[in-house]
Amino acid sequence: MHHQGISLDVLLDIYTCVLRIRRFEEEVSRLFRQGQLPGFVHLYIGEEAVAAGVCATLTDEDTIISTHRGHGHVIAKGGDIKRMMAELFGKASGYNKGKGGSMHIADFDIGMLGAIGIVGGGIPIAVGAGLSAWYQDSERVSVCFFGDGAANEGSFHESLNLASALNLPVVFVCENNQYGEFTPAARAMNICDIADRAAGYGIPGLVADGADALEMYRVARTAAQRARDGDGPTLIEAKTHRRGSHAEGEEAFLAGQTYRSEEELAAAWAKDPLLLLHTYIGEQNLLPAEQLETLDADITQSVREAVDAARNSPDPKVESVFEDLWV
Amino acid sequence: MPRKTYVAAIQEALSEEMRRDPRVFLIGEDVRIGVFPSTRGLHAEFGDKRVIDTPISELAVAGAGIGAAVTGLRPVVDLMFGTFLYLAFDQIANQAGAMRYMYGGQTKVPLVFMAQNGAGSSAGHHHSQAVHQFFMNMPQIKVILPSTPGDGKGLLKSAIRDDNPVLFLHSLSLGGKRGDVPAEEYLIPIGLADVKRAGGDVTICAAGPTVYTALDAADALAAEGIEAEVIDLRSLSPWDKQAVLDSVAKTGRFVAVDESFPTCSAASEWAATVAAEAFHHLRAPVQRVTNKDVPMPFSPTLEKAVLPSAEDVIAAVRRTLA
Repeated sequence: MHHQGISLDVLLDIYTCVLRIRRFEEEVSRLFRQGQLPGFVHLYIGEEAVAAGVCATLTDEDTIISTHRGHGHVIAKGGDIKRMMAELFGKASGYNKGKGGSMHIADFDIGMLGAIGIVGGGIPIAVGAGLSAWYQDSERVSVCFFGDGAANEGSFHESLNLASALNLPVVFVCENNQYGEFTPAARAMNICDIADRAAGYGIPGLVADGADALEMYRVARTAAQRARDGDGPTLIEAKTHRRGSHAEGEEAFLAGQTYRSEEELAAAWAKDPLLLLHTYIGEQNLLPAEQLETLDADITQSVREAVDAARNSPDPKVESVFEDLWV
Repeated sequence: MPRKTYVAAIQEALSEEMRRDPRVFLIGEDVRIGVFPSTRGLHAEFGDKRVIDTPISELAVAGAGIGAAVTGLRPVVDLMFGTFLYLAFDQIANQAGAMRYMYGGQTKVPLVFMAQNGAGSSAGHHHSQAVHQFFMNMPQIKVILPSTPGDGKGLLKSAIRDDNPVLFLHSLSLGGKRGDVPAEEYLIPIGLADVKRAGGDVTICAAGPTVYTALDAADALAAEGIEAEVIDLRSLSPWDKQAVLDSVAKTGRFVAVDESFPTCSAASEWAATVAAEAFHHLRAPVQRVTNKDVPMPFSPTLEKAVLPSAEDVIAAVRRTLA
């Protein structure tokens, strides 16, 4: 890990983001286990460095598209954890007024064009956001997050080819977290690097360490700049690991079966993106330890406040079922 | 009033709207060449940026339209044949229609999907299906199926100006049909039916090419003194329920003519609505005339046998009079 070419302000922003995602997701996990959240939640624990590093290179004008595992992307793009938590509770004060839930959070004011619950479903939409940037002669970049599972969907292949053929400013960020639900990525494809697929579409394909937020930042900055310069799309494969469940409460689907070893999980935790960054900042003496502790306390407090606010928010009015229809 | 072909009227709607609004652009496979004449000549006027040829990737192109629509543009996405929409189902059903609602009203999706609908050209099952009924079943997708050049132009212009996702279905079999197209600027509101023939004995409801099937049947019935009212719905979602109910209140008999396969056809919806909401006016059971329940065959003779015919409609009308 190194921070050459990255200012201390940006470094602190990235660290704050990783930490905020971790604390938010830990709280969501607790709430789910306590039976307080309806539906499914898919957590981003252990993958935080990807969203944090990539989104630190973006402006509010730039857009992102996310997945069913999308809380981290919302936070990294600058989303409001209060509105997100309220949405997870299905409350009227949530981002989507309780109509979306965990898998569909959007914040159009900050260029977060939405989380998409269908694997690979967001990739074509991100191409369209890139198309409009090109059409409008804007320097806007469209970033699309998706997983290794999506890389086996037709939408992935169609979209990379389309973005390449039209030379659009899109950055495709494949978060290879090693599992499509319970199936190892290695069993779902016969290649080691999804990034290799970029060659089939005539665009750069880069592999990055998804545990290293600073490397993610550097690689994404290069890809975003390439897009802004009119040189077309890039595929980034972030090697990461889904340390937690596919969805919280996955035990119910597994019926006592296991799909990965304790050793594998321990190896993944040895590369905890939060710990790596924290250790690096300490070793390099970049920020005072007290500042990091205060930051953690503040974030933990803000997450707690978001939960309290969500719990105390009213349910949506039943009449709102017929709102937000045709314009 | 000038008389123009159906495809010329559609082309005129596209070019007028593209001239009017720089956010409107056309994207799809072979839209430059204009594999259907409805898009021919647009590239010469509007250039590469506004008439965008794509790879044959229906899913990605449909999704790209959505992405462009939610970031400030007004795309017209030409997916060519209705059957190709099946390849783009996720983007239309899960994303375009639901996005505004699912995101709590944060965005709007001003987007037109265009495709040719139905049979009549002996193109075999993969290029000859009517698909409108699938999309009628999807919340928040508007569906249009015009039968005349004048309706096609006025409705497509409305679709392009609409802030919601609209599926504009046109008919290859009607492409060369001529009709009156007003010389001056006009719009036809989405959701408004048109009575193509007035009559007091039976209400026949249709859309797209089946309007002509219904009119042929009505002409034949008139020779026997039976006066059919033919309602062209033009828009299938939302649809002009009131126009149909008002007509049935007058005639007391209802025949739905629809180029869908029978189960959950558009005709099923129209017939169920009339049966539920105009029951006390009905003097006979409602009737449905649809495709036969088989894949579309190739041979012109067989294709004709599968499609609703004027004879089918006449027989259905006779059942209401029995």
